[in-house]
Amino acid sequence: MKKQYEISVDEQRCKKCGICVAFCPKNVLEIGINTVPKVAFPEACIGCRWCYLRCPEIAIFVEKKEAV
Amino acid sequence: MTQEIKFLQGNEACLEGALKAGARFYAGYPITPSSEIAEMASQRLPAIGGVFIQMEDELGSMAALVGASMAGAKAFTATSGPGFSLMQENLGLAIMTEAPCVVINVQRSGPSTGLATKPAQADVMQARWGTHGDHAIITLCPTSVQECYDLMIYAFNFSERFRTPVIFLSDEIVGHMREKVVLRDDIPVVDRAFPQCEPNQYKPYKAGDDKVPPMAYFGSEFIFHASSSMHDETGYPNNTSQNADKVIRRLYEKIYDHRDEISITKEFETEDADVLFISFGAAARSAREAVKMLRSGSIKAGLLQINTIWPFPDEKVKRLALRAKVVLVPEMNLGQIINEVIKFSCGTPVFGINKVDSTIITPLEIVNKAKEVLQNA
Amino acid sequence: MPKNIFDYIIEDRLPFFWCEGCGNGIILKSIAQAFADLELEPKNIVVVTGIGCWGKADDYLSTNSLHVTHGRALAAATGVKAVNPNLKVVALMGDGDGVTIGGNHFIHAARRNMDITAIISNNFNYGMTGGQYSGTTPEPSFTATSRYGSVEPPFDICALAKAAGAPYVARATVYHVNLLERYIKNAIQKKGFSVVDVINICPTYYGRFNKLKSPVEMMSWLRDNSTMKLEDGNIYNNRFAIGEFVNEDKLDFSTKYAQLQNNARKLSVQLEQDLSGK
Repeated sequence: MKKQYEISVDEQRCKKCGICVAFCPKNVLEIGINTVPKVAFPEACIGCRWCYLRCPEIAIFVEKKEAV
Repeated sequence: MTQEIKFLQGNEACLEGALKAGARFYAGYPITPSSEIAEMASQRLPAIGGVFIQMEDELGSMAALVGASMAGAKAFTATSGPGFSLMQENLGLAIMTEAPCVVINVQRSGPSTGLATKPAQADVMQARWGTHGDHAIITLCPTSVQECYDLMIYAFNFSERFRTPVIFLSDEIVGHMREKVVLRDDIPVVDRAFPQCEPNQYKPYKAGDDKVPPMAYFGSEFIFHASSSMHDETGYPNNTSQNADKVIRRLYEKIYDHRDEISITKEFETEDADVLFISFGAAARSAREAVKMLRSGSIKAGLLQINTIWPFPDEKVKRLALRAKVVLVPEMNLGQIINEVIKFSCGTPVFGINKVDSTIITPLEIVNKAKEVLQNA
Repeated sequence: MPKNIFDYIIEDRLPFFWCEGCGNGIILKSIAQAFADLELEPKNIVVVTGIGCWGKADDYLSTNSLHVTHGRALAAATGVKAVNPNLKVVALMGDGDGVTIGGNHFIHAARRNMDITAIISNNFNYGMTGGQYSGTTPEPSFTATSRYGSVEPPFDICALAKAAGAPYVARATVYHVNLLERYIKNAIQKKGFSVVDVINICPTYYGRFNKLKSPVEMMSWLRDNSTMKLEDGNIYNNRFAIGEFVNEDKLDFSTKYAQLQNNARKLSVQLEQDLSGK
């Protein structure tokens, strides 16, 4: 069973800087115009947490979902 | 316990007084005519578990005092004009963070480098207004070596009691002369009030009626935030106008509400004085001699010796000036405390006796000026 | 009891006040992560900050903190550490606050080898006051006070710290966050003066004035201009040399001063005996 990750975004904190979207190695995230990043392809997430590490606002989190 | 008697230099007596008061941290920078204090501090402090650090400049010294004070130490430094000027911004830091500490300024002839080894008394207004912004300050002035010891204990006590920097305004004459000193231990030593609440309830800048917040120290159970920026009771930034008004007034009133307790002066033969001298520091020594000389010449003179210059003893000046025919203000500057005296002289004529040639005002010069003024009165 | 970043960062004070895309939040999170990994008690930590964008970091911290005047964080931190060497003292300064106006205290804290960790948010300008150039601004750069391009060569903070004697000197960027966290942890653990020069992005001013239009562009600029080849020590042939440049052990000030206190105590006791013996 492939590991599943849950990505959550705190919309109050996010300042829409676009860094997480730009540097996600698996393009899991997408950004609308001036909107909070959307988790477009959660299944593609490999849990590297680069989005969490590079977010200046501590506004995006990656949790490993318990394998079903 | 018989109290030790010594023959000390003024600067030495400052150091003894500081140690007696519980000072255990010195950060400073060498500068004539105060360096003896640093040298002795560097020898005495480590032997009693204290710390002496020679910082890279006076600016850093003053910042180090604030850090040390916040870590729980009684902290002090000694400097002279040029260094005192560098300390002004962080003197304000000590005021804003309410960090108890003592800054000794052994005044020398300025401005700028001036005459490094020569005396003057021209930093009085800098002591009051040197750092920017509205603030109160306590400034004590010794006129003798014994007072260097005694008043130093008061300086630390006031700084601890009111959580404020205290400026100890000495001068090259009092600092370098030697006199007998009784190393008395009958002046009770005061320590800063420690918080009584629960650590998680602690607000580092919440004050009671005396407007002085109890003070913890870094490393205690009480975690706290201190800041040079305007802050509220929690110590965290607060930029509302109500808070600014409240904090600025509290910082001022916590000292001016207690001005009677802080005000130290001595009066010599002022009861029936027609000629009233008002002076401080080295100049007050000569004025005191002038009083005797005039009295022997049947001129009723008296001296109000000011040991607490700030807050200024305006009530005492008012009371004595009302009774006197004429007031004379000897000071080794072009006229600084005279401006305060005039404010409270209630119409009695006030004359300055000003000397700026880097030598002490002599008793004879004071006597001659007094006679001259009386003839024209 | 394992800790997490919110044992040190006050979560309900977020979002940070820093501009969109400013890397200060990344640095602060890395520091909190280091504290958590080392399981440090907040009451034994004192964060000392100066004035500037990065100087506001302690508003978000639940450790002890002391926010002092511009350029004087390390001098105040010296006082804190000297009085209580058991405190973990961390100074947070910007490139202006830390090595421009604060340069004198920086080199002397390093020379004296105070056991203090200096974490410098180096975004190449004075952000808070509107984007003026500082002592680390690459030459030439366009800033609020160098409209024709700056003509002053900058400091290399790591070279400066190394020359001044700091036993731990490292540089990372806010793009290389794993490195950043590791170096901050190493710096905090180092007994002695430790420096982490963190190349940071300032989209609002430095980026905008120098054709790096967005946080993403600035992050790419960091990614594409950083090199781990240590011999390339010079930061500014428009490359950022990242890595650990100094990592040695050297007795820190407080350790030596404690020894000095013992000697002083013995000498003064002996002096007392000699005097009373006469």
